[in-house]
Amino acid sequence: MATEFHNLQELRHSASLANKVFIQRDYTDGTVCKFQTKFPSELESRIERTLFEDTVKMLNNYYAEAEKIGGQSYLEGCLACLTIYLIFLCIETRYEKVLKKISRYIQEQNEKVYAPRGLLITDPIERGMRVIEISVYEDRGSSGSSSGSSTTSSGR
Amino acid sequence: MHLGVEEPIRECQYNQICTHNSSPMDTPHTKKKKIKRKWQVFQGRNKFYCNGRIMMAKQTGVFYLTMVLILVTSGLFFAFDCPFLASNLTPAIPAIGGVLFIFVMGMLLRASFTDPGVLPRATPEEAADIERQIDTTNGPSGPGYRPPPRTREVLINGQTVKLKYCFTCKIFRPPRASHCSLCDNCVERFDHHCPWVGNCVGRRNYRFFYLFILSLSFLTIFIFAFVITHVILRSNRTGLLSALKDSPASVLEVVVCFFSVWSIVGLSGFHTYLISSNQTTNEDIKGSWSSKRGKGNYNPYSYGNFITNFCAALCGPLPPSLIDRRGFVQPDTPQPAAQTNGSGACPSNQVQSHMAATNPLLHSQTVILGGGAPLQAKTSLGGPCSTLGPSQPSLPSSIPGLSCGGELMALRDSEIHCHHHLHHQHFISPEETPSPPAALPCATHLGHHVHPAQLFDPASQDSLHEDSVRGLVKLSSV
Repeated sequence: MATEFHNLQELRHSASLANKVFIQRDYTDGTVCKFQTKFPSELESRIERTLFEDTVKMLNNYYAEAEKIGGQSYLEGCLACLTIYLIFLCIETRYEKVLKKISRYIQEQNEKVYAPRGLLITDPIERGMRVIEISVYEDRGSSGSSSGSSTTSSGR
Repeated sequence: MHLGVEEPIRECQYNQICTHNSSPMDTPHTKKKKIKRKWQVFQGRNKFYCNGRIMMAKQTGVFYLTMVLILVTSGLFFAFDCPFLASNLTPAIPAIGGVLFIFVMGMLLRASFTDPGVLPRATPEEAADIERQIDTTNGPSGPGYRPPPRTREVLINGQTVKLKYCFTCKIFRPPRASHCSLCDNCVERFDHHCPWVGNCVGRRNYRFFYLFILSLSFLTIFIFAFVITHVILRSNRTGLLSALKDSPASVLEVVVCFFSVWSIVGLSGFHTYLISSNQTTNEDIKGSWSSKRGKGNYNPYSYGNFITNFCAALCGPLPPSLIDRRGFVQPDTPQPAAQTNGSGACPSNQVQSHMAATNPLLHSQTVILGGGAPLQAKTSLGGPCSTLGPSQPSLPSSIPGLSCGGELMALRDSEIHCHHHLHHQHFISPEETPSPPAALPCATHLGHHVHPAQLFDPASQDSLHEDSVRGLVKLSSV
């Protein structure tokens, strides 16, 4: 994790933050965590539509897996109830395990797909599961007017 | 020469003094600020303990009262009644009682200390992005034209649901979320704010709350039954009066249990109904999914049968806390947009929150309650504290939107207070609210609104309420 972070840090230092694109939640299936797969227009020139959609669909699948109500979650729930929920001091809930998988997946996507295109995905858990925040970076070398406006939010 | 030598020395000394002043001790301090944990900069009105591990509402007095009641009653039972029962009937009685007691306390603490599902506030960029989206959808509004409040419509399982914009948290609330005015947070799947438990009841702690009231009902009935048994057995031998003299604690226990059994059991029954139909207290009070609203009105979140609903609520996956209380504040992380006047959207929102914060203890006004069978209005017998009890579920809740949904009132006796602390709130009908904007903050601070019968049109109520409370109208049309 540290090494990837450093690579992405370098991205932040060598590039300036131009814009942030927010992918909102899709509530058509109720309160389950699901993000809209609509391709935002700001990313049209930056990344292929299919890559983006694949990432979002994969994330949606992970969240669906975490929130799935079935045999395993019932077992976990009953066992926890019998131990007055003290068992969670020792073991991780299934949701937490899936969240770890998600954060590994996002890191991997950032390294392989997004950072080379000057983009960075923020894990939705850091934004309260409300949005997938995609930071769009401009190369400082190529610069442009965007770097001026971005300094307020960048430099972080 | 002498001077020549001295000057450099003096300079050196001067330099040394300088370095002392700007001191190596100071500079690291100023450069390296103490890193804070996120709970220390949390913007809601919550209290944190154990370095962020425990999270409760600001007013916890009633919670301590709940604890004391349960501990004292159970303690008296184990100390005075159990020895007799164990020796004369069976030792299983104290054993079962003990297990029940531990379960009750465990669930109470879990419900009180857990993050109910607070939604963190939007970062400045998110808030700006949402504003931009709203402005582009709505376009400019002319003078004198008042745009309706910000809402988004979503189709969920065939039912149209309105998502409201929260001006405090600067987010569009997910479905079933509501903003609690006491805690000043948006909470996912908001049920109600329970002062007895000292916390909101929401997505993450609803099952603990339900198991708490369920097990407490069993415990209360258990204690009540066995204390009566104890007294009867004793009076068979020595007569009633001397039996009561021998075990005076029993009288107290019977009284406490008798008065609390009705409210607790009633509440458990009500929440059992809510769980089996997969509704929140908030939704039930507003009648969101009631068939009275319209022919095609149904609950889109229900799984269809009550068993699945039950299992999903109690044994479903437990989502993690979204607010990361114990994480460290990154110096480069954008902090959520300040609640205050930021976008100019809600100065009076803050007034209201302040009022709610500073005057939570005001209530001693009579309740105006509409129909609803379970409601029992009683007059206040004084008592200073604002015990808003969890009791009756059909209590009207606040208008969603600005203020929190569902603070329930103690309309009923509960363990301690049949006599003292019954508080009521003055419910203001929505028609009154918009008219006197100046009086509004005072009125709305009560936070708890509206007559149940008039809750069936929350959208317009919200808009009127929000507009008037805010004073300002920086609202875009949908």
